[in-house]
Amino acid sequence: MAGGLLDVKGLHATVEETEILRGVDLTINAGEVHAIMGLNGAGKSTLASVIMGHPDYEITEGSVHYDGQDLTELEVHERARSGLFLSFQYPHAIPGVQVGTFLRKSVAAVRGEAPKARAFRQELQAAMDVLGMDRSFLSRYVNDGFSGGEKKRLEILQMLLLQPRMALLDETDSGLDIDALKAVAQGINSLSKDSGVLLITHYNRLLELVVPDVVHVMIDGRIIQSGGPELAQRLEADGYEWLMPATA
Amino acid sequence: MSDEARDAVGEYRYGFHDPEVATIRFDKGLSEQVVRDISALKNEPEWMTELRVKAYHHFVERPMPDWGNESLLNSIDFEAVTYFLRSSEGTERDWDDVPEDIKRTFDRLGIPDAEQKWLGGVTAQYESEAVYHSIREDLEAQGVLFLDMDSGLREHPEIVKRFFNTVIPYTDNKFSALNTAVWSGGSFIYVPKGVHVEMPVQAYFRINAKNMGQFERTLIIADEGSSIHYVEGCTAPTYSTDSLHSAVVELVAMDGAKIRYSTIQNWSSNVYNLVTKRGVAHANATVEWVDGNIGSKLTMKYPAVILKGEGAHAEIISVAYAGEGQHQDAGSKVHHLAPRTTSNILSKSISKNGGRSTYRGMLQVRPKAEGCRSKVVCDALMLDADSRSDTYPTMEVGNASADLEHEASVSKIAGDQLFYLMSRGHTEAEAMGLIVNGFFEPFTRELPMEYASELNKLLEIEMEGAIG
Repeated sequence: MAGGLLDVKGLHATVEETEILRGVDLTINAGEVHAIMGLNGAGKSTLASVIMGHPDYEITEGSVHYDGQDLTELEVHERARSGLFLSFQYPHAIPGVQVGTFLRKSVAAVRGEAPKARAFRQELQAAMDVLGMDRSFLSRYVNDGFSGGEKKRLEILQMLLLQPRMALLDETDSGLDIDALKAVAQGINSLSKDSGVLLITHYNRLLELVVPDVVHVMIDGRIIQSGGPELAQRLEADGYEWLMPATA
Repeated sequence: MSDEARDAVGEYRYGFHDPEVATIRFDKGLSEQVVRDISALKNEPEWMTELRVKAYHHFVERPMPDWGNESLLNSIDFEAVTYFLRSSEGTERDWDDVPEDIKRTFDRLGIPDAEQKWLGGVTAQYESEAVYHSIREDLEAQGVLFLDMDSGLREHPEIVKRFFNTVIPYTDNKFSALNTAVWSGGSFIYVPKGVHVEMPVQAYFRINAKNMGQFERTLIIADEGSSIHYVEGCTAPTYSTDSLHSAVVELVAMDGAKIRYSTIQNWSSNVYNLVTKRGVAHANATVEWVDGNIGSKLTMKYPAVILKGEGAHAEIISVAYAGEGQHQDAGSKVHHLAPRTTSNILSKSISKNGGRSTYRGMLQVRPKAEGCRSKVVCDALMLDADSRSDTYPTMEVGNASADLEHEASVSKIAGDQLFYLMSRGHTEAEAMGLIVNGFFEPFTRELPMEYASELNKLLEIEMEGAIG
C-alpha cells in the first residue's frame, strides 16, 4: 500500500471544543527522522498527544494511520503495543512504584511476555550506560521528585527498552544541560535505524546532535513549511517572523 | 458460589467452601447457657467461666454503638449466628493428621507451603478452634510459648489469668464483651526475656460454615527486651447470608520489648468484622500494628497502643480497600500516658465502585506526658465519583510540650497519570493496579515479601473488576 510508517492526513483536532489542529499533513517513512518546530501554542504537543490517543482530544476531521492501520481504532495501550511511543514533555509521577518494576512491567506489556530476568538486567544495564544513568535510579519511584533532566533521561530509557518503530519525542530537549542533552541525543541515535522518529522542539541544538531528514514548521495548527536541516538553522537565526502570513 | 454472589463480590479468590465438618455444633443463638456450655466443653477454670458470664450480661445490656455504620450494625441478627462449631477432635502437630477436607482448604490457601519456607510457627484455626499448630523446635527450646488460646489457658493458666482481660476489659465495648463471653481459639504467645524470635509466626483464620461466628482471642506477651513478629491472615467463603468475626487481641510489651502484629484481613464480603485490638507498651518498648483491611462487608477496627512507660513507641500503619458494598471503618488510637513517648501513624484508604472508607483516629496526650512526639498522616484515594471517604481525627492534648504533626489528603487518579501508563502498553485496569499498588507501597514494604506480592496481586485483580 502507499504511504509511510506514519500518515497524517488533513487532521483537525479539538480540546474542549477549541480547535488546535487545523489540517495537518505529515508522512514519516521508516528510518526517517523528522523535526517539527514552532512557537508555543502552535499545536506541536497536541499533534503528539492525538497520535498517541490522549482522551481529552477529539479528532474532528482527517485521519491518522500507523503502519497502514487507522489509529483511532486502537486504544492507547494497543498503540503502544504496536510500536508507537511518546516521550512526554511533562512525564507523570507514579509514587510508590519503583522505576525497575515499572520498566520490567512495561517491557512485558509491550512485548506481550515477561522478559527473562538475566537478559533483562543486561539489556537494562546497557541502556542505562548509553544514557549515563546510575543503578540507584531503579529503586526510586517513577518521576517522583525527579529533576527535569532525570525525567527526560527516564523517558529515553523507556524508549530504548521498548524499542518503538515510531517514536514521538515531545520537547525531550527542553530544560536539559549540555551533558543531559548529549546523553539524550545518544539515546535517540542508538534507536534502530528502521524506526521513525518525530522530534518536537524549539531549538536547533538537539538537531545538531540528531540530524533530521526533514524539518517542518508548524504555525497555528498547520504545517506551513518543510525543508532540510538548513531550515532549522534559519529559524534559529531569524526566528519565525518571515514565515508568518501577512496580515492586512 | 451463586451468580448473584459472584456479582456482588467480583473475583474473590477465597470464596470457595468445603462441605461442613462438625463434631460438635451448637444451635444458633446466644444465652447464658450457651456461654456456660462453651466453657464446660473446654473444661475451663471457674474464674474463666464467671468472667464469660459477666461479659455475656454486659453484652446484652450494652447498647449498640451509635457511631460507625449504625444501620449495618443494627442489622446483625445475633440469634442467627452459630457461636461454637468444633470441626476436628484435636489440634494436630502434623498436617497429615488434620482431617482431609480441612487440610485441603489450608493447602489451597498455601499455609503449609509458607510454613516450610519462612515461618517460625503456625496456628491454623477452622471455625471455632485450632486444627493445626506447630512451632519450630529451636524456638520451643528457648522457652517461647506459642499455643492456641485454649491450650494456653489449659497449660499456662497463671500467665493467662495475669494478663487476660487487662489490656481490653470486657467492658470496653459491646463486641469486646461478646468476644469475652464466647471466645474460642486464637493465639497465646509468651516470649521470655531477651529472646528475639527472628522468623515471623503466623495464625490463619478460616470461617467455612454459613452464619458462623468466629470469636478468636489472642494474647501476646513479650517479656523484657524480647521481640516477635506475628502475622495474621483471614478468609471465608462467599455466602449470601452473613457471618460474624469479632476478635479481641491483647498485646503486652514489657520494658524494652518489641511486638509487631501484621494483619491482612481478606474476609469475603458477607462477613462483619468487628475487632478490638490494643497493645500496652512499657518503658522503651515498641508496639507496631501493620493492619490491612481488604475484605469484609463492614469492618470496624481501630488498633490501639497505650504508651504506658517512658520512651515507649507506637507505630500504626494501616490500609483499607473499600469496594462495592463494603464499608471499611478503620483507624488507630494512641494514648501517650508517659513522658517522651512517640508515635507514628500512617493510614491509607482506597474506595471504588461505591465503596466507603472511613478513617477514625484518636490521639491522646495525658498531662503528665512531657515531651511526646506524634505524627499522623492520612491519605485517601478515590477511584470514582460514587465512592466515599471520610476522616474523623480526634486529638486530646493535655500537655503543651507535645510535638504533633497531622497531614491529611484526598486524591483522585488523574486521567493524565492513566494516559502516561497506558502509553507504556498497560491496559486501563493494569494502569490503575500500578497506581493503587504504588499508593499502598508504604504499607506493603512493611510486610514479609511473600505477603507483599500476594497483596499486590490481589489489588491488581480488584482493579480488573473495577473497569467497565
